[in-house]
Amino acid sequence: MRLWVNDIAYDVEPAPGEMLSTLLRERLGLTGTKIGCDEAECGICTVLLDDEPVLSCTLPAPKAAGRRVRTIEGVATDDGLHPLQEAFVALGAVQCGFCIPGQIMAALPLLESNPNASEGEIREALKDTLCRCAGYPTIVRAVQAAGANMERGTPIEPPPLPETDTTYIVGHVMVRPDALPKVTGKALYADDFSYPGMLIGKTLRAGIPHATVLRLETEAARRLSGVRAVLTAADIPGEHNHGLVVKDWPALVGIGEKVRYVGDAVAIVAADSEEIARQALALIEAEYETLPVVSDPVQSRQPEAPVLHEKGNLLKHIKVRKGDVEAGLAEAALVLDETFYTPITEHAFLEPECSIARPLPDGRIEIVVGSQIPYSDREQVARCLGLRHEQVRVIGTLIGGGFGGKEDIAGQIHAALLAQATGKPVKILYDRHESLLVHPKRHATQIRVRLGAAQDGRLIACETELYGDTGAYASLGEKVMTRATTHSAGPYVVPHVKADCYAMYTNNPPAGAFRGFGVTQSAFAIESVLDELAERLHLDPVELRRRNALRVGAVTNTGQLLTESVGLIECIDRVDAEMRRRAGGDPFRSRRVAGQPHLRRAWGIAAAYKNTGLGGGAPDRATAEVELYDDGTAEVRTSSAEIGQGLVAVLQMIAAEELRLSPERIHVLLSDTDLTPDGGPTTASRQTYVTGNAVRFAAEGVRQAMSAALAERFDLPPEQVKFVEGLAQVDGQRLSYGDVARVMKAEGREPRASYEYWAPATQPLDSGGRMHFAFSFAAQAAEVEVDTETGEVRVLCIVAANDVGRAINPLGLLGQVEGGVMMGLGNALTEEFIVEDGRVFSDHLARYRMPGISHTPEIVSIVVEHPTSEGPHGAKGVGEIVSIPTTPAITNAIAFATGVRIRRLPVDQDWLALEIARRGALPEAI
Amino acid sequence: MTDWQRYLQPEKVEEALAALDSAGGRARLVAGGTDLLLDIQQGRHPPVEVLVDVAGIHEMGHIRVDGDVALIGAAVPHATIVDYPELKARASALTEACGLIGGPQVRVVATLGGNVAHALPAGDGTIALLALDAQAELASPGKREWLPLADLFAGPGQTTFDRSRQVLVGFRVPLSGDREASAFYRVMRPQGVAIAILNVACWMRLTTGGEIEAIRISCGPAGPMPLRCRQAEAALLGLSLSAMDWDNAGEALLQDARFRTSPHRATLEYRKHLAGIVLKRVVTAAYHRAARPATEAA
Repeated sequence: MRLWVNDIAYDVEPAPGEMLSTLLRERLGLTGTKIGCDEAECGICTVLLDDEPVLSCTLPAPKAAGRRVRTIEGVATDDGLHPLQEAFVALGAVQCGFCIPGQIMAALPLLESNPNASEGEIREALKDTLCRCAGYPTIVRAVQAAGANMERGTPIEPPPLPETDTTYIVGHVMVRPDALPKVTGKALYADDFSYPGMLIGKTLRAGIPHATVLRLETEAARRLSGVRAVLTAADIPGEHNHGLVVKDWPALVGIGEKVRYVGDAVAIVAADSEEIARQALALIEAEYETLPVVSDPVQSRQPEAPVLHEKGNLLKHIKVRKGDVEAGLAEAALVLDETFYTPITEHAFLEPECSIARPLPDGRIEIVVGSQIPYSDREQVARCLGLRHEQVRVIGTLIGGGFGGKEDIAGQIHAALLAQATGKPVKILYDRHESLLVHPKRHATQIRVRLGAAQDGRLIACETELYGDTGAYASLGEKVMTRATTHSAGPYVVPHVKADCYAMYTNNPPAGAFRGFGVTQSAFAIESVLDELAERLHLDPVELRRRNALRVGAVTNTGQLLTESVGLIECIDRVDAEMRRRAGGDPFRSRRVAGQPHLRRAWGIAAAYKNTGLGGGAPDRATAEVELYDDGTAEVRTSSAEIGQGLVAVLQMIAAEELRLSPERIHVLLSDTDLTPDGGPTTASRQTYVTGNAVRFAAEGVRQAMSAALAERFDLPPEQVKFVEGLAQVDGQRLSYGDVARVMKAEGREPRASYEYWAPATQPLDSGGRMHFAFSFAAQAAEVEVDTETGEVRVLCIVAANDVGRAINPLGLLGQVEGGVMMGLGNALTEEFIVEDGRVFSDHLARYRMPGISHTPEIVSIVVEHPTSEGPHGAKGVGEIVSIPTTPAITNAIAFATGVRIRRLPVDQDWLALEIARRGALPEAI
Repeated sequence: MTDWQRYLQPEKVEEALAALDSAGGRARLVAGGTDLLLDIQQGRHPPVEVLVDVAGIHEMGHIRVDGDVALIGAAVPHATIVDYPELKARASALTEACGLIGGPQVRVVATLGGNVAHALPAGDGTIALLALDAQAELASPGKREWLPLADLFAGPGQTTFDRSRQVLVGFRVPLSGDREASAFYRVMRPQGVAIAILNVACWMRLTTGGEIEAIRISCGPAGPMPLRCRQAEAALLGLSLSAMDWDNAGEALLQDARFRTSPHRATLEYRKHLAGIVLKRVVTAAYHRAARPATEAA
């Protein structure tokens, strides 16, 4: 059949079962079109067929016969980028980039027929094209800017955001350097790579939540033509278990061993094609003896519960003790006692996991993968393969979203085992279904809060009891539940605190890191109780929070004295001011909507805090190298991962600031264990602070070496060397940085510096309480509208203030705020990863609902800066705090609008409608 | 996986019938494929060896308005229906329903015929067609016949015709005239499974005095097949908007409908709660449209 793709004619033979996306990506090598789900749910595979947007993952290739296809590769012309591409770059709409080709292709036909499209029309066109980094408002603005340019020639410019004027680059609006390839389809993610002779690997999963493996017959699979290896646990040369902290997770479950969740792997195959690999899996016979299932953490703790691990079902009992909570509660004028439930939720990063392992001629193994922790991957792969660390190289690719879900091992060990067994490159790509089943999730929790306060609202005592479902394996469960527990009294001064948390194993999928890291859950609980307290004491919810807010000089619930950088009250004040300005009267009164008697609106507010950095006594360090080249450019190297959060831009800006060199002349190389030093995990909102400092000091080291070399050459004190915009000024002369590099080399100095930065030391939980070297703070207000008949909830506006210490990259920060709010909104209203008796119901994207552009409220971002003394330019973490107060702000607003208190997430409109009907009355309205 | 072996693209209905016939039951029709291919991929439908793509058959891919009747080919994509001016003005329930199916990309390829042939009790386009009293043209080898839409359904996902041997060619939809109008309303739940909780469509004709002279109400899922709600219709017949007793009409709808709890989608209780509410919203919308002066309605 003949088809035209980007105006080029191709003659191809139709292949059985081939969708257009496969034809484009694999046969024509046009990898710009991405696959997010293979089930017509996410929209990122959108291409144009005769100028109309279609989902290429479910369009049979023959449908394109005789027709014209246009992909992202065909959008730019010889004259340059299309205004849409330019606008996406300039306005900061590009984050991880994985959805961007789909967004552009979905918006293109709208603008080409109507460049003046309204916001409603833009949202409708992009309604089913998901973005998990979710800077939807910025995406809308980018489309509008492109349209204005196409219609009227209006120049496309970055948005006017508040900038500092005391620095050269840091704090200014800058376009991120990794945006351009992401809008042209040139950006390469792991599945876009291919190697000669590459085999396809696939994994056989148990599909049962709890069982003993009795029998595994792989002979038939081995004999299938085209199969190159079939491996089971017996074939693992090194350690069988992996894990980020506790090594309790088997790479493959062997005969006589236990399957603990449906995603456990029992065999892996490598074959010449995906089809053959699939057939091979079907030929493997596995027999199990099923065991009783532990399906929730409370059940898991009962003495009669089936035992899942040798050491028992308790991963960790986490305790916080301060003062005397029983005495405190006795003293209180009012004690509230409420229990809250949060479900398992799923990261749903749009790029499913992909690992490629390649055996190298020298006996080493190279892994190409989008991972949040390359050095940890290296260590875990080496352990299982029986190799030394140096024998494994991990090359991190661009990552299409992580959010904590790409910290654990996915296919890295399996691909490496198969590559080692076959001597050939092996690619393991998960489809969405497998991704949903396998990778660690957000912990489901049950949180009971007993909160005692004085009549004037002063908090006296807080007792919390938390259960966390850490699933089949530990992953980062201990850390997550510790975080949930230590933050469970909220960002407030509370003299008496007792917290107990039971992180329990169950036969559900493992739970691990997910943006918010336990605080998402406990903030929902404590912020809900705060509002109940305000109601009972007849206090304004804002005033109640203000009165108790942590501030400099306060002691946290773990006994940590806060000595600097606590911007919580300013966050509360500024959100309050904006909320009241918009609300007109009392924002917390239920309001009617003219002409629609079934609707009610109200505002709600919540506050939160979140640690920056690992804390709890864990060594928190990062190493970075900066090198100056003869051509006057510089390179920054560290293994930290860019997951869409904008780390490349931040590191580039920090280096530019130190070197006084334009960012365009600075290249950032990340995530290669051979070439880049260890920057530590991309987690805990730590990268800007820890790796940012490593880069800052390394760049400073280079600059100092430059000064020293020039000082010697010109025989002047180093202070008389000045650096301005890529030029060194000394003794009335100007040298380019390239010249300086040459001067340095001539003097036997390498124009390169490395710095291992250690973040300020912290203490373990039970010894003194200085748990974290910095906290970020935030407040959010949400305006909701509830259809009191159907229970449907719509969020109209979110006002978010975040104390980030110092905004290094204002445009990137805006994207993080918008995306974080959307994740919080999903957490409140739509997201639930449903598992029943250990069996995953939400095993397709159609069964896991995420908010799209049509759910996006107006988002107002207020940047608050209470600098840290040690963070780079005063910065602290951003990535998580932006997503935490959203959920309780929304549920508190629902309570004000309807009188119904939400204690279980997500808000179930079914339940809400019936509850409203049951009560028979709504709050008095204005 | 969806590993069809052969993909045929006939240009005429007769060719499609012949292709189905010679495949001896191993072939299925596909137009947009957005339901069938996912059903096969996710194991809800057995693998199909031969796909017969009818999207290129001329008589199935066009809309023709003939006075007070629209002839809509079964392979017309929803996007085309949604934008068709005559249908927007005179078959609102249909354009509203089709406009809610999937998203813009899906509507470019997904078709009304596919929606009807899938025979799900809650199919949006199907529910709308039912209230509009549409007929369907069914082609078998050597034969064509027109059937009332309701006669196509045998049970959830089951048709009375053989989808491996017969072809749904198109629909005949009466268009609203003076004092006639239709409307569609849907409630979805943003969590869990992405299928409608309740779809209701309504068509009516008013007397010059503003009373309902004729009314048709359809809804789903309310049983094994898309449902005509005859008791609800009887409860509203002859009334003007201000005289309508919504509690009574809601009760009547609950007599018509066999609601049940669908796990992770909606409880029985919620559906019963919604029935009267949704009925009120869709009937009110249709009423206001029908009561508009003719010059405004276009």
